[in-house]
Amino acid sequence: MKPWKSVLAATALAFASCTAAYAARTDIVLGVPLEPPHLDPTAGAAAAIDEVLYANVFEGLTRIGSRGEVMPGLAESWTVSEDGKTYTFKLHTGVKFHDGTDFDAEDVKFSLDRARAEESTNAQKGLFAAIDTVKVVDPATVTVTLKNPQGSFLYNLGWGDAVIVAPESAETNKEKPIGTGPFKFDNWAKGSSITLVKSADYWGEPAMLDKAEFRIIPDAAAAVPALLSGDVQVLPNFQLGDALPQVESDPRFKVVIGATEGETVLSTNNKKPPFDQLKVRQAIAHALDRKAIIDGASGGLGVPIGSHFSPANAAYIDLTGTYPFDPAKSRELLKEAGFENGIKATLKLPPVGYARDGGQIIASQLRDVGIDLEIIPVEWADWLAQVFKEKDYDLSIVSHTEPNDIDIYSRKDYYFNYDNPAFDKVIEELNLTSDDARRTELYHQAQKILADDAVNGFLFELPKIGIWDAKVEGMWENSPIQANDLTKVRWVD
Amino acid sequence: MTAYLAKRLLIGLATLVVASVVVFAVLEILPGDPARLMLGMNATEDAVLALRNELGLNQGIVMRYLTWTGGLLSLDFGRSYTYSVPVIELIRERSAVSLPLALIALALSTAIAIPVGVFSAARRGRPADTVAMGASQLGVAVPNFWFALLLVYVFAVWLRLVPAGGFPGWGAGLWPALKALILPAVALALPQAAILARVTRSALLDVLGEDFIRTARAKGLPRRTVLWRHALRNAMLPVVTIMGLQFAFLLAGTIIIENVFYLPGLGRLVFQAINQRDLIVVEGVVMLLVATVIVVNLLVDLSYAIVDPRLRHRT
Repeated sequence: MKPWKSVLAATALAFASCTAAYAARTDIVLGVPLEPPHLDPTAGAAAAIDEVLYANVFEGLTRIGSRGEVMPGLAESWTVSEDGKTYTFKLHTGVKFHDGTDFDAEDVKFSLDRARAEESTNAQKGLFAAIDTVKVVDPATVTVTLKNPQGSFLYNLGWGDAVIVAPESAETNKEKPIGTGPFKFDNWAKGSSITLVKSADYWGEPAMLDKAEFRIIPDAAAAVPALLSGDVQVLPNFQLGDALPQVESDPRFKVVIGATEGETVLSTNNKKPPFDQLKVRQAIAHALDRKAIIDGASGGLGVPIGSHFSPANAAYIDLTGTYPFDPAKSRELLKEAGFENGIKATLKLPPVGYARDGGQIIASQLRDVGIDLEIIPVEWADWLAQVFKEKDYDLSIVSHTEPNDIDIYSRKDYYFNYDNPAFDKVIEELNLTSDDARRTELYHQAQKILADDAVNGFLFELPKIGIWDAKVEGMWENSPIQANDLTKVRWVD
Repeated sequence: MTAYLAKRLLIGLATLVVASVVVFAVLEILPGDPARLMLGMNATEDAVLALRNELGLNQGIVMRYLTWTGGLLSLDFGRSYTYSVPVIELIRERSAVSLPLALIALALSTAIAIPVGVFSAARRGRPADTVAMGASQLGVAVPNFWFALLLVYVFAVWLRLVPAGGFPGWGAGLWPALKALILPAVALALPQAAILARVTRSALLDVLGEDFIRTARAKGLPRRTVLWRHALRNAMLPVVTIMGLQFAFLLAGTIIIENVFYLPGLGRLVFQAINQRDLIVVEGVVMLLVATVIVVNLLVDLSYAIVDPRLRHRT
C-alpha cells in the first residue's frame, strides 16, 4: 500500500469512528433485580412482568402516566353515559400488532372477556368484576356496560393486567409477547436478559431508543460494579444497601429518589384479641416513632404516612399527626384497656429488608411501652399462606404496592380482618362516583376513618431509588404503577 | 472387576430412588401454594383455583409422585410452573453455563494445586513451603463472594478487561462467552485449589515416608523421578477423591458465585425456583445433581483402579 493511501484509509477510519462516538446513543441496558417468570402481564402478579413490558410492548385502552394520571392509550377518546354504567370507547385506527395482524374492536372484546372469564388466571380479576357486557359497535368503537357504576373503571383499564392482546397470540404471549406498543419483543435469554427493539410501524409517537435490554442482576452488590464498569446504564429500582453512597458522589450518575405506591404498614389482625380493641391499636400507633423506623428500615428515605394512601396522589392528606409518637400516652391507653402487665404477641416478617430491619426497631419501640413481640421470620410463600390466606398472625410488616388500593379495607375476607360499615359506605359511594371533586372528598374521608381506627400501624411510603447515567433522560422518577416506561427515554449529550 | 462395577451401579440406582422419594416429600412439606405465590395478594380465590387446576396441583400426592417419576424415566422432567416451559429445556440452557464453568474451575484448581502441593511437600519446612501453605490457608479462609467482588472491582471496573458479570450466551461467540466465565472460574477455583494443594501436600508427605520410596532413592533414582513418578502416583488416591467431591460441589455450589456474576446457571435456577415455589424445577435440578454426584463417584471409584493396579484384581 502506498503511504498516501494508508494515510487516507487511516483518516477515513478515524472519521468513521468519530461520528460513531459522537452520534447520540440509541441503545440502553437496564439492570433489574428480578426476572419475570413469563412475559404475559395478563397472567401473573409478578411486578417484574410489567416492569419490562408495560407501555413498552403492551398497551391498554387507557394508560397510567408518570404521575398516576389516566391518559388515553389504544382508546383515542371515550364517553360515559349519564348513569355512569356505559362506557363508549373510540379506538385508534391503523394500529397493528407486532406480528402484523390488525388491532380492532374485536381484540378489545376478546381481551376483556378473556380476563374476566371463569377459567381466567388473571391476577387482578377483581378489576373486571364490574363489567357486564362488552359490545363491538364497529371496528373502531367498543361499548362496555357495567353492572354498577365504577368510578375507578378508566384507571383500572390502565393496569398492566388489562392490556389488549390478540386472539392469535394470546396463548403464546408468555414466551413470545405480541403487543401494539412502540417496542417489540426481540429475545429472552432465560436467567440473563430480555431484549426489546423499536417497532418500525408503531401507530403513535415512535420510541427514541432502538434497543433496550433488561439485564437481570439479583444482587445489589453486583449491580453497582455493573454500573461503574459501564455494562449497565440504568438501575431503575435500586435495592437499598450500603452501596448507595458510593454512587451518589459520582458525577457520572444521577440518583433519583421518587415515590412508589407502596404503603408500608404494620399489618394488624383486627379480629384477634387484644388487637380487636381500638385502645390497644391506638397504643401501638402512639408507640411508633416513624422517623427512627424510616432511618433504620429504609436508609432514611421514604415519606411517613398516617393512613393507607400515597403522598404522590393528589387526594392525599397528611394524617401522621392523628396519633403522634408518645410512649407515655401509649402506656396509659394500654392501662385503660386493662393491659398494665403488658401484652405478648408475634410479629411475622417476610424476607424483605424493610420488614426484617423495621421489625427489629418496631419490636424495641413496642417493648418500651410493654408490648413484647416474638419475631418470626417467614419466607414469601409462607407469608402468603399463613398471614395473607389463613390470617394466622398477630402483627406483620409489609408494603402494599398495588396502586390506589385503599378499597382493600372494605374486603370482608382480607387479612386485616377489618370491618367498619362506615368505611364500606364511603368505598361504595366512591365506586359510584366519577366526579373528581367528590372522589377527592371521599378519599379524604376514607383515609381519615382508617387513621382514626388505627387499623394498622401506618409507617411510610416505600421510596423508589433510581440510578442512571447522567446523560439518560426520560426515566420515570416515581412509580405510580409498576413499570419502566421507556417510550420517552433518550440519550442526550 | 465386573462384580465390583455391578455392585457400584446397583448402589447408585438405589440411591437415586431413595433421593427421589426424599426430594419429593421434602418439597411437599414445604409450606406455601405456588399458585397463590404466582398470582399475588390481589388475586381472587377462583383465579388461584383455576391456576391450581392448570398446574395439576389438585391431584393427590401419590398420583403426582408417580406421574413425576414416570416422566423422569423417559427424561421428561415436567413443565416449570413459573416459566411454563419443559424443565429439561431449562436444565439444558442452564447447564450450558454451569457445566463449562465447573470444568474450567476444576481444571484451573487442579493445574494450580498439584504443582503447589508437590512443590511444598518436596521443600517441607523450608520458607517456600511456609509461604505456599500460608497462601493456601488464606485461600481456604477467604469467603469466595468477597474474593469474587474484589476480582470484579479490579478486572472489570478498574482495568475494564472483562465484563462485570452476565453471560452473552455461546451464540455470541467463543471468546465473549469465555471472557464472561474467566472471573467466576477464578473465584471458584482458588479456594478449591487451596484445599486441594493442602491435600496433595499431606498425601505426598505420607507416601514420601514409606519404605519403597527409600528403596527407590537407594537404587539411585533421581529425586525428581522419585517424587513425580513413584510418590505422586501413590498419593493420588486421596487427591482424586477430593477432586470428585469438588466437582459435585462446583456444579451445585455455585449459587453464590452465580449471583455475584449474575450468571444464568443451575445454581441460580434452583435458588430462584425455591423462592418462587417452582417445585417441579427444584425437583428436577436436585435429581439431576444427585445423579451427577453418583456418576462422578462411580468415575472416582473407577479411577482408583487406574491409579492403583491392585484394585483391578480385587473382586
